[in-house]
Amino acid sequence: MRIAIDQDVCIGSGQCVLTAPKVFTQDDDGFSQVLPGSEDGAGDPLVREAARACPVQAITVEDA
Amino acid sequence: MTEVPTAAPFAAPSRAPSEAIVFPQDRSCPYHPPTGYRPLSGQGPLTRVAFYDGRQVWAVTGHAEARALLTDRRLSSDRQNPAFPIPIERLEAIRRVRTPLIGVDDPEHNTQRRMLIPSFSVKRTAAMRPDIQRIVDGLLDRMLAQGPPAELVSAFALPVPSMVICALLGIPYGDHEFFEEQSRRILRGPTSEESEQARLRLEEYLTELIARKEREPGDGLLDELIADRLKEGSLAHRELVRLAMILLVAGHETTANMISLGTFTLLEHPERLARLRERPEQIPAAVEELLRFLSIADGLVRVATEDIEIGGVTIRADDGVLFPTSLINRDATAYPEPDALDWDRSARHHVAFGFGVHQCLGQNLARAEMEIALGSLFTRIPDLRLAAPAAEIPFKPGDTLQGMIELPVAW
Repeated sequence: MRIAIDQDVCIGSGQCVLTAPKVFTQDDDGFSQVLPGSEDGAGDPLVREAARACPVQAITVEDA
Repeated sequence: MTEVPTAAPFAAPSRAPSEAIVFPQDRSCPYHPPTGYRPLSGQGPLTRVAFYDGRQVWAVTGHAEARALLTDRRLSSDRQNPAFPIPIERLEAIRRVRTPLIGVDDPEHNTQRRMLIPSFSVKRTAAMRPDIQRIVDGLLDRMLAQGPPAELVSAFALPVPSMVICALLGIPYGDHEFFEEQSRRILRGPTSEESEQARLRLEEYLTELIARKEREPGDGLLDELIADRLKEGSLAHRELVRLAMILLVAGHETTANMISLGTFTLLEHPERLARLRERPEQIPAAVEELLRFLSIADGLVRVATEDIEIGGVTIRADDGVLFPTSLINRDATAYPEPDALDWDRSARHHVAFGFGVHQCLGQNLARAEMEIALGSLFTRIPDLRLAAPAAEIPFKPGDTLQGMIELPVAW
């Protein structure tokens, strides 16, 4: 699995962080990023839910 | 009578057939969608409905279709577009004002939103929790000291978010009676003239406040915007005043309604409430379910800028599109047994905060306030009860944010 976040699209709603806090975080400006080391989803079943919760579809999840 | 011109250029050619359901309608129970909307269920994910002036718009009731359309760039929030549908006569005056954030599209909207995103991040919101808890505790201390009965809207539901947004923005809470009254009139009128005059009074107040802050800086979000944006020229005075107004009004009226209506709803579901008291770790799930169940901002509107094919229909350019969130959040395909208040299900993906680029900026702050307010209220006052028959307690009409007008309680 590979996760990517388009920070130009992100509106900082934090829904990914709330849904899958082991994989997503927000930088100091409030924009989402993948936690270092979790780019492969860290086996978290909530990654796809987090992508779906994103109000602007800034998160893409690809099966490796 | 209103003195605001209510030109409705699209009313005449698209007058609704007499059987078209009219939006908005009053709820008959404060926590259920209006019974008058019932015929819409089973009529497909998009249905033609009518506004007060006879104008027909698309009502989106399907959950999947609503989420798709709220992220569709061919739907616009630009209220200065003459085709933008205004569901309530009182609000016609908003066409004349370029409302930041909620009334503009990207890229303008994006520039404004990005200025505010850092202040509403998950971390910044979490850092506010101790302050919110202090505010909630202080209000409950006072309510308990005064003893029963109490009127919960004025004693608790309104002051909690009002104090929180004042602290966040850097607005003196001492002025709360003034700005709460203006917010109430902006949102409820009852006439468009009263709404407009309240808006002007609040604009004048914020203009003076911002001028004062330029001379004597404080440490709120408005002060940050003055220092970082106004002084460097990327934000105009007028825009800052209007941003401040949106943040102030949206920041307290919405959450106040969720606290008052959430309390009423829990008191009307005693078995559920008893289980919540036993398992307070379920409060976040309960808040999420209450957001879905209550859908207090029950009627988001957009206008199509191009033709859109969806759900077997074609939305034409210039068509109005209405999102009745109370129906979308009770779409049985998304939430089985949607009319049951049940936080053992996942209420995830509800659209109570909207969806798409305009999704509520303050949603995480609102969640924190609701969790702390409802959690502390039922912990500190375990025998809280309604002090009047439920059917006699007044709640808000359908043409504004849903919530309780008064909430008499005792313990």
